[in-house]
Amino acid sequence: MADPKSLYQEVILDHNRKPRNFGTLEHASHTATGHNPLCGDHIGLALKLNGEAIDGIAFQGEACAICKASASMMTATVKGKTRQDAETLIQEFRDMATGKLDLQRQPHHLGRLAVFAGVRDLPVRVKCAILPWHTLHAALNSLASTSTEADADPMHAPIGGA
Amino acid sequence: MNARYVNGLEVERIRADFPILKLKVAGKPLVYLDNAASSQMPQPVIDRLVRYQSTQHANIHRAVHYLSETATHEYEEARRGLARFINAREEREIIFTSGTTEAINLVAHGYGRKFIGAGDEIILTTLEHHSNIVPWQMLCDEKGAKIRVVPINNAGELLIDDYEKLFNVHTKFVGVTHVSNALGTINPIKSMIEFAHARGVPVLIDGAQAVPHLPVDVQDLDCDFYACSGHKLCGPTGIGILYGKAALLETMQPFKGGGDMILSVTFEKTTYNVIPHKFEAGTPPIAAAIGLGAAIDYLTATGMEKIAAHELDLLNYATEQVNGMPGVRIIGTAEKKAAVLSFAVDGVHPHDVGTLLNEEGVAIRTGHHCAQPVMQHFKVPATSRASFAFYNTLAEVDALVAGIRTVQKVFA
Repeated sequence: MADPKSLYQEVILDHNRKPRNFGTLEHASHTATGHNPLCGDHIGLALKLNGEAIDGIAFQGEACAICKASASMMTATVKGKTRQDAETLIQEFRDMATGKLDLQRQPHHLGRLAVFAGVRDLPVRVKCAILPWHTLHAALNSLASTSTEADADPMHAPIGGA
Repeated sequence: MNARYVNGLEVERIRADFPILKLKVAGKPLVYLDNAASSQMPQPVIDRLVRYQSTQHANIHRAVHYLSETATHEYEEARRGLARFINAREEREIIFTSGTTEAINLVAHGYGRKFIGAGDEIILTTLEHHSNIVPWQMLCDEKGAKIRVVPINNAGELLIDDYEKLFNVHTKFVGVTHVSNALGTINPIKSMIEFAHARGVPVLIDGAQAVPHLPVDVQDLDCDFYACSGHKLCGPTGIGILYGKAALLETMQPFKGGGDMILSVTFEKTTYNVIPHKFEAGTPPIAAAIGLGAAIDYLTATGMEKIAAHELDLLNYATEQVNGMPGVRIIGTAEKKAAVLSFAVDGVHPHDVGTLLNEEGVAIRTGHHCAQPVMQHFKVPATSRASFAFYNTLAEVDALVAGIRTVQKVFA
């Protein structure tokens, strides 16, 4: 991608083309479905927790490139980490996407996920990037489903909150 | 492409009237193709708002002082202009509302709650915007009435035989959009109205997407109600109109209670004002109404026939260009269409199309366009929609097409 300001960096396009951990998971211990009613996108997430560790994770669904790449990179990142690590990343990703986390000045663990920082300038697309993370939070907390519009969901992302 | 001459419209001269069209987005000239969502405002309308606010503002229909009389005169002058614009018989048939949505809600409340009851049926179409579905659903929930839906074919045209078969003794109302906001289909409303009237059923037309693009004559159509919005007509937001036949409006109950809609009030009894004031409770958006009046003056001076012809050229050119692109499918191929081009790019989600086009300075709408039944028919969650106005050029269509090619390259 020629334009460095574009949200569509090669890593995002690559994860959209070849999503990692895409499919079903046998013997899942935790599942959740995330839905963005604004565009109809939906993500199904399945986890296998071994004690506190995320041993397996897979996702399915139909979504835009931003949402699908976010889900793909999320699953690749949290696999093998603990539930607590995942919750920390969920919070940091959400703060980054809504412009509350300054990647240069504040400590964080986002690594390559920082490629999504550009969505903070596109309030309508923030929800696309965050949906998989909402869904992971719901699965970890045994909520059957979540929505980007669910006010009661602690992960609710305010539009234009950046 | 010669963008100067199209059907007698001096497009470059017209563009000079619209300051916002000089903007750059993402470092590129703005190509504004989201006119079905909201159109832009020309300088004469901006100037009119400033002149009203700087020299003519006071509350209307109240005080005897100079400013109040001036504001009242200008507000009522705007109403007269709108009556002429859609050829209403009388200016009292024009009710100012906050927009099309409020106009439809006014009819659902003022007419529907009084005249539609349990077991009655309301005919709507698959092409309706949510604003011509939800108010009727709310009414049906309250009254125990039922909605019947006219289906569409794969071109996005209403199936008129099915429409006619939906009528029965329970049919009490028809609501139909003049032009589909999601697909651009122009519906054969005149014959649909005639058919309904032959069975004694009144018809509301949602004209939000029609009045900016076609000359509309409510007497010729013989519709009972016609609703439209100012901000799609180069006017301000927060203003629109409901046209209603005077005899019908007089039988209806008020929508909102408050000042200006009454003749007298005691705690025992209130006597309502005459139409249109019966339906205009409280202080209206006076500046917006006057701005809308200036906007239709601008459109009339430009010429609605010329506007329609130029936009048809834009649509035909865009349709031809996009049809020639492998991997792009046009959704909505009705024989009669207004200036809307909905499309899908193979393998690319509409939101990604929209964001990438934005990076090229091209503004389109992506999503379900508040018309989810249309999306369900075509089995897509969303589409990308380019919608044209008379100030758009063939060169801007080229920019759209180049943008779609860029999208395809990025996702190749």
